[in-house]
Amino acid sequence: MQTSSRLAIYALIELASNPDRQISAAEIGTKYRVSAHHLAKVLLTLGRAGLVQSIRGVGGGYSFTGNAKRLTLFDIISLFEDTSTSCKLTDPSAATDEEWALFNVSNEINDISISTYRSISIATLLKQVDRRRKAQARLDAEKTEA
Amino acid sequence: MTDTADGQKSDLKIRRATPEHLRHVIDLDARITGQSKPDYWQDIFERYAKRRVDQRFFLIAESETTEGILGLIAGEVRGWEFGSQPCGWIFAVSVDLDERQQGIGEALFKAMCDEFRQAGMSTVRTMVRRQNPLHMSFFRSEGMMAGPYTQLELSLDEG
Repeated sequence: MQTSSRLAIYALIELASNPDRQISAAEIGTKYRVSAHHLAKVLLTLGRAGLVQSIRGVGGGYSFTGNAKRLTLFDIISLFEDTSTSCKLTDPSAATDEEWALFNVSNEINDISISTYRSISIATLLKQVDRRRKAQARLDAEKTEA
Repeated sequence: MTDTADGQKSDLKIRRATPEHLRHVIDLDARITGQSKPDYWQDIFERYAKRRVDQRFFLIAESETTEGILGLIAGEVRGWEFGSQPCGWIFAVSVDLDERQQGIGEALFKAMCDEFRQAGMSTVRTMVRRQNPLHMSFFRSEGMMAGPYTQLELSLDEG
């Protein structure tokens, strides 16, 4: 996954988990240790896709306008990467059996990646974040008791 | 119908399937898949709702205000091949097309997990087609992730 895709997912998680707030690119950038400049470019693409909207001025920032239950990681990655050409034979008509064999393995891995990204929505990812927080809180509580 | 704040039907009941539910199960499956399979469901019912019911679970979702059933889930404790520890295994889950997005599938899944826990299991597994986004997304949304096993297959038509 390319950096822009990763940043887009982080930004959307941040915005979708704070539906009542406008959040600035700088705030998101600080949390994920990335430049606000790079993030602003990513947010521009997300805005053009109708997934975020920005409000200028004091108290302004970005907010999530997508459907967290429907928006999948694949949808987001597709905005930044060509997801259709990961596996290619340079010249299929001249490819050897060995090249076809390796091509099939690459396709298998690509197919698993794509179906995984297609099956995980922003809402599902938010649930995972929540589970991790709760599990961490339980561990911390156990450590405190011990 | 009054729904709760999280969108779940307020009078939703999850219970073990009984013989009276069988025709509703067959109807629900036929509506969803477009194929009526009474013999298949009769067989599943005989095996999973009547025998070894401490390790086999056939649950249905219903409400007082809706006729028939709203959904179903079926699973069993399965001692996996290749020496793996027994786990809970879900092999069917279905929710009426008109009743989706109301937490019925989630309630069925959680009830099934409770059954597995009571049976002493610590892991629940299933197998779904990668190209089936509905089931993939559902199980993912319930927290399921890729496990340590990979499904493999071979076309027997090839040499």
